[in-house]
Amino acid sequence: MSETATLQRPASLAGDALAMTARSIRLSLRNIDGLITALFLPVMLMLLFVYLFGGAIETGTEYVTYVVPGVIVLCAGFGSSLTAVAVTNDMTGGIMDRFRSMDVSGAAVLGGHVVASVARNLMSTVLVILVGFLIGFRPQADAPDVLAAVSVLVLFVVAFSWVAAAVGVLARSPEAAGGFTFFIMFLPYPSSAFVPIDTMPSWIHGFAEHQPMTPVIESMRGLLLGTPVGDSAWLAIAWCAGILAVALAAASVLFRRRIT
Amino acid sequence: MPDQPAIEAVGLEKSFGAVRVLDGVDLRVARGSVFSLLGPNGAGKTTTVRILSTLLPPTAGTARVAGFDIRRQRAEVRRGISVTGQDTAVDELQTGAENLRMMARLHGLRGSAARARAGALLERFDLTEAGDRRVRTYSGGMRRRLDLAASLITQPAVIFLDEPTTGLDPRSRQQVWEVVNELVRNGVTIFLTTQYLEEADRLADQIAVVDGGRIVAQGHAAQLKQQVAGHRLDLVAPDPAAYEGLVHRLGPRATQPAPERLAVSVATDGSANHVRALLDELDPEHRAVARFTVHSATLDDVFLALTGHATTQSQKETAGV
Repeated sequence: MSETATLQRPASLAGDALAMTARSIRLSLRNIDGLITALFLPVMLMLLFVYLFGGAIETGTEYVTYVVPGVIVLCAGFGSSLTAVAVTNDMTGGIMDRFRSMDVSGAAVLGGHVVASVARNLMSTVLVILVGFLIGFRPQADAPDVLAAVSVLVLFVVAFSWVAAAVGVLARSPEAAGGFTFFIMFLPYPSSAFVPIDTMPSWIHGFAEHQPMTPVIESMRGLLLGTPVGDSAWLAIAWCAGILAVALAAASVLFRRRIT
Repeated sequence: MPDQPAIEAVGLEKSFGAVRVLDGVDLRVARGSVFSLLGPNGAGKTTTVRILSTLLPPTAGTARVAGFDIRRQRAEVRRGISVTGQDTAVDELQTGAENLRMMARLHGLRGSAARARAGALLERFDLTEAGDRRVRTYSGGMRRRLDLAASLITQPAVIFLDEPTTGLDPRSRQQVWEVVNELVRNGVTIFLTTQYLEEADRLADQIAVVDGGRIVAQGHAAQLKQQVAGHRLDLVAPDPAAYEGLVHRLGPRATQPAPERLAVSVATDGSANHVRALLDELDPEHRAVARFTVHSATLDDVFLALTGHATTQSQKETAGV
């Protein structure tokens, strides 16, 4: 009986979150299609922009230098949005019931997917920067700048992964959740990711300048290239923190509604 | 509290919007017994399991499971139960061993203890060889066994099994039954749902027949089978006139009339004497019955006897058997 007694000790939230994170990372690594998409789509997009479109785009610097921060953010957004699919898979299969019947909180399950998303995105970012380096991207950042850039990126990924987790809770099928990745994929286009905003039609300036992608991209650009960051870093942090807060609340409310 | 029941539910109701899924379910399951909820798809079986296992709050009614209130003491209930639902609750992309180790960690076991527990369960469920393969490669029966193993990291007081053998081949079904019997020997209370009368008959001490969110009959298997006579005599007439004559003679006893096949059925206890007597009574001139067959009663017969209407689901299933 003593064995049963120790077994039935309630597991801690931290322990659950750790087990769930290990699970999500393992699932990410074994979802070969998803992994290839998440790792190579960024590189393909960068090559596409630099070699096919880049010749026609005037940014005042080497285009590869201009575009790499944009590609990093585009891909981090896309990679984060894949969290929605993983969460919907859990919500629509039997495993969420099993976890809940074991009193594992929804926060631990969703949090595990978010941490796995951060790990996945850091991997793809490193790959983008490496390939970027091979084709002429020369970052001019010192250690504190790199640290700051990584922090902004991680905050961005965490915020958008939680948005995706909330969408994943809401979606009724993994296909529906996949639709969300398209929305996030297109969000960076009307921003300063690929071309300077002042080359766009004037009616879109308002949106392009004030949407969350722009300050995130501008602060990545400033930090990686050693140019002035201005207030874009603070704007990026404020945007991401705000989005994160709303996403956490939404995920929690939607989760509770979904399970009753 | 030795005589406190393992499960006691009073007036459980559940509505999803305007749809009433459970309409006042009362249940009492003795400790250490096997209780089976028998009914077709859509009868409310899964909803009952989800409510009793705290996964879904009832719209009305109360229940105590493993000694605790399912609304107010959810965490305590959860520590005393395990649930195996209809959908497989293991990760396809993890191996069997990884799935079990993960579940063990979630139960608070660490490193080597989690490993040992996973190994023991693999062994017990005859999955040791497949343990390092991804679940994606498993057969339906292996998945089901792994799923059961995953719900037995601890020894729960009450185990819920929602249609544990639906879709399994006969051999895998047999294996699941063996597991259930073994658990019962260890004193666990089992609450299982099924669409198969045979399964309820084999495993359960008590059976409740559920239909349209209500319990329409409850009792030992033998008691239920008495109500449906246990067997069914299927008659096929040689021509429409003879068929009409058979149906006329049977009157209200006629079940499952199928004029297009000239077939009709009647309940029997299955004994040669009773079948012979029925044939003589229905066909004194030995002309009206071309062929006959005797079947053991199916869920559909139970339903006809208890509710006066057929299930739509079970007809298809029994036809396939």
